[in-house]
Amino acid sequence: MDIDFGTIMFFALAIVAVVPAFMVVLARDIVRVAFWLLASLCGVAGLYILLGADFLGLTQVLVYIGGILVLILFGIMMTSKDPLHEKATASGKRSPVTGLVTGALVFAVLAAVIVGVGFEENKGVSGGEPTTTKLGEVLLTDYVLPFELVSVLLLFVLCGAAYMARRRREDAHA
Amino acid sequence: MLEVSLQHYLLVAALLFAAGVGVIISRRNAIAVLCGVELILNAAALNFVAFNRYAAPAGRLDGQVFTIFIIILAAAEAAIALAILLNLFQQTNTVDVDEADTMKE
Repeated sequence: MDIDFGTIMFFALAIVAVVPAFMVVLARDIVRVAFWLLASLCGVAGLYILLGADFLGLTQVLVYIGGILVLILFGIMMTSKDPLHEKATASGKRSPVTGLVTGALVFAVLAAVIVGVGFEENKGVSGGEPTTTKLGEVLLTDYVLPFELVSVLLLFVLCGAAYMARRRREDAHA
Repeated sequence: MLEVSLQHYLLVAALLFAAGVGVIISRRNAIAVLCGVELILNAAALNFVAFNRYAAPAGRLDGQVFTIFIIILAAAEAAIALAILLNLFQQTNTVDVDEADTMKE
């Protein structure tokens, strides 16, 4: 039995990424949804690092888990009256079963395509050296226009989100 | 020996995508629907990184750059979506996607 460490890590991280993703479909309440999403995002971050994308793995942890997930939890705090006991799904038309069946159908189509196409791989691609330096160079040479555009977009989003989410005063003095 | 290949990563990404679609289909709370969108974006980003590792010319990092942009756009989208949901909650007192069916009071 010569199963190497990378293979074991891949399957462990794949389970960490996929099982919580389906628990997001099945979880009872909205807070559990957010925490299962946290686990799934951690698994994806691990897969990035396994693929040799160290910078992306850490960015995933910082931005998704440190940023987006906290934002989602704040959203839950501010929009639900009783988050731990509120039923996130209802029976009938919108039940988890509907979601699982739809997901299974989508996966069947995608898996048929993935197995059927047979992508060419180049073997022995180098991996393992840090990518941060090269990513920085590429971002400021080949991708400098999208990079600057996205920074302007982030500024607009910051202002827009702060403007939209502010508390409105119905009895303003003006 | 079982060798991890590009297909394995693509299948994992397909499973994440399927879970995200399932969340969007079945959840009623708009914030949970947002979580499903995040799962789908993650699946796409994982595809980019996997193709960059297994199918790009050696030394190119274009797939990883695309993933950086996906993460940035996901952060922007989450911020805007939550601001919209806060507005919706202030106006209708619910974030249920089935009940948010009026454009104007």
